[in-house]
Amino acid sequence: MDERTSAILAKYPRGHRDCLIPILQDIQEFFGYLSEASLVEVGRYLDLPAGKIFGLATFYNQFRFEPAGRYHIRLCHGTSCHVSESARIIRELEKILGIRPGQTSRDGMFSMELVACMGACHLAPLIQVNEVHHTSIKPEDLKDIIDSYIHGEEE
Amino acid sequence: MASKTHISVDKEFLVNEVLRNESVELPPDTERKLKYVRRDKVKVPVVFIGTGSCGLISGAGGTLEEAKKYLSERNIGAEIVETGCTGFCSMEPMVEVQLPGKTRISFRHVTPEKLPFILDGIFNNIVPEEHAIGQYKNKSLEPWKNVAFIEELPYYTLQYRNLMKNWGRINPYSIEEYIASGGYRPYVKIIRNYTHAEVCDIVEKSGLQGRGGGGFLTGKKWKVAHAVIADQRYLLCNADESDPGGFANRAMIESDPHRLIEGILIAAYAVGTSKAWISIRNDYRIAIDRLERAIERARDYGLVGHNVFNSGFNIDIIIRKGPGAFVCGEETAMINSLEGKRGMPRPKPPYPAVSGLFGKPTVVNNVETLSNIPAIFENGPDWFNEIGNESAKGTKILVLSGKIINHGVIEVPLGTKVKDLVFVAGQGIPDNKEFKAVQVGGPSGGFLAGEDIDVPYDFQSLASKGVYMGSGGMVVLDQECCIIDTVKYFMNFIQQESCGKCIPCREGTGRMLEVFENITKRPVDEDRHSTLERFKGVMQLENLAGVIKDTSLCGLGQKAPNTVISSLNYFREEYEEHIFDRKCTAGVCRELRLYYISVDKCTGCTICAQKCPESAIIGTKRHPFFIVEEKCTGCGICYDVCKFNAISVK
Repeated sequence: MDERTSAILAKYPRGHRDCLIPILQDIQEFFGYLSEASLVEVGRYLDLPAGKIFGLATFYNQFRFEPAGRYHIRLCHGTSCHVSESARIIRELEKILGIRPGQTSRDGMFSMELVACMGACHLAPLIQVNEVHHTSIKPEDLKDIIDSYIHGEEE
Repeated sequence: MASKTHISVDKEFLVNEVLRNESVELPPDTERKLKYVRRDKVKVPVVFIGTGSCGLISGAGGTLEEAKKYLSERNIGAEIVETGCTGFCSMEPMVEVQLPGKTRISFRHVTPEKLPFILDGIFNNIVPEEHAIGQYKNKSLEPWKNVAFIEELPYYTLQYRNLMKNWGRINPYSIEEYIASGGYRPYVKIIRNYTHAEVCDIVEKSGLQGRGGGGFLTGKKWKVAHAVIADQRYLLCNADESDPGGFANRAMIESDPHRLIEGILIAAYAVGTSKAWISIRNDYRIAIDRLERAIERARDYGLVGHNVFNSGFNIDIIIRKGPGAFVCGEETAMINSLEGKRGMPRPKPPYPAVSGLFGKPTVVNNVETLSNIPAIFENGPDWFNEIGNESAKGTKILVLSGKIINHGVIEVPLGTKVKDLVFVAGQGIPDNKEFKAVQVGGPSGGFLAGEDIDVPYDFQSLASKGVYMGSGGMVVLDQECCIIDTVKYFMNFIQQESCGKCIPCREGTGRMLEVFENITKRPVDEDRHSTLERFKGVMQLENLAGVIKDTSLCGLGQKAPNTVISSLNYFREEYEEHIFDRKCTAGVCRELRLYYISVDKCTGCTICAQKCPESAIIGTKRHPFFIVEEKCTGCGICYDVCKFNAISVK
């Protein structure tokens, strides 16, 4: 049994099913994703079949089952961004990175996620890379933005 | 902490002299002290910086650092206050300055580079007019010359700021400032003097309707839950806002978290529960942080906890982070999610007010509904009843966004005309473009266009136009937006977010999306028959919409076809154009776009041919090129790379 997972589980003594989502959120917060092993362990702790937990976790958008990239890119796809042509941004980014939303690139550098609305509609379209926001971007800017992260890494 | 310096009152004073004092007017001596706490008057210059999410994304973090540096370098004894959102998003990052004896003045787009210039000016009593938005009216203070009053700007004239009263004015982390602005006094008075039923009566009398969209009378809902005999009841605050284009609840929590908490506390007392839950969207990190800190402070003041102010009332507030599912905005789905199940709605009845969370009576209220409660008790139900029109009382917070000049969060009395919201508060469409439609209420809402934008913004009037108010999002579309594409976007969203329980919603929205994909697909070698097939799909849309509406369990499904129906009402020609002429006038539908190269303008630089991913552009160097229509996918790269504007859309 992984010690770190047990430490998280220990925060929920006499855990019932209603603790399931907070536990999964804590695990994801700590590890960045939900591994198969951790799901099995949570199941054992709460006395629930792992399949049921997997069924629950896949239902919600928050949970991911592979580690996020070193640079996690969140693309805003709210209505306001959509009318400001965010679809083109998404397509362009898919092309540059070679991954689709929800995936992580093979070298583990980048991962992509679509978000419903970031609440900065006056700066649409925008993306968030880790904690940095890039606002009012155009498709042709993306290459430079991505390059800056790749080069930043090399230095 | 900087915000502590101006507070000359302590906890003891606020609890004993302010909260425990139940008279309407506080003694003049107390009031004088509170004036300084809420900064009606200041002793040292104060610089306010808006650090809500929208401000921070616009770069308020840098401005804040710069302001700190500026003041320490020049040894100026001024105070910096981080406020929440001011509601005027398109002006962010916003900075406001208040000098002793002068009115408060507000500046737009204050980047770190501009800040020293603005502060230099204002500290020397010179207003850098080009950066000023306006000043706040205050009779007891001297106004600045040649600066407009904020209340007179078109963005503010329609507004009635009740819920937003403290936005941008107080530090959201400071309970002292909230109490000094009149906060928590109604709550303490209620739990010491009123019965549960009296509280429900007052709220019902005020005519407050649920702001989550249902429009059910809040007081009535509380009464139902209170009447059920049970050993435990729950109050559940729905802050799981995940509408694309709606972020009013987040801004409310970030700017004035204590107002929500006071609302929750009063509601909990009315319902007779000792446990209140807040389910908040997990992405809202800043809002969660502010809420947690606010609850902590309220607990510290003895407002939350065991035997509050010796009234015998016990209350605890628990925050749960919503794991992200649009359907969890529906009350029964949210209850399932809190119980650790998949967020799928349950059949009603039994209503949650009778049997909800863990089978106990549960009142589910939206953030905005609960935030309205304190003011109702502060000013009386009759005051609330007078705001709004015949059918809907009070104010509504809405988010203006899309192709509009003034973006932001505004609060208007219900019944304000949609047209005025767009053209007065929003100031219309930028770049002299033409107004096309306004999308109200997110994915469950609908379009308003043409004459119908004259409709008053309230539950009933909107419903009469087939539009649903929803979360208060309002996205304006101009001539360059394609309605079909926007509807397709919403269908895609609903299709992805449908929980899958009801077949009409799960499969029906999928079929609808299919129809939209069909009519925006590139027509290659198409005969008349297949055109007919595509049209057939559209013919079925209305029928299908009816079935989905009638047979879905929850609001998400029942309202899913709203956008489709309303778009068909207003923009039938646009549908026909997509189907028959295979053309998208707005030029948004990618696969229907046909590019051509103007022979006169093309210099034959070959850049477009090099960049074309489909090798669809051919020609000889230094001679005009042309596009092979069969190969072109309409991606628009050539259009973007051409330096001579030689490429245009047919």
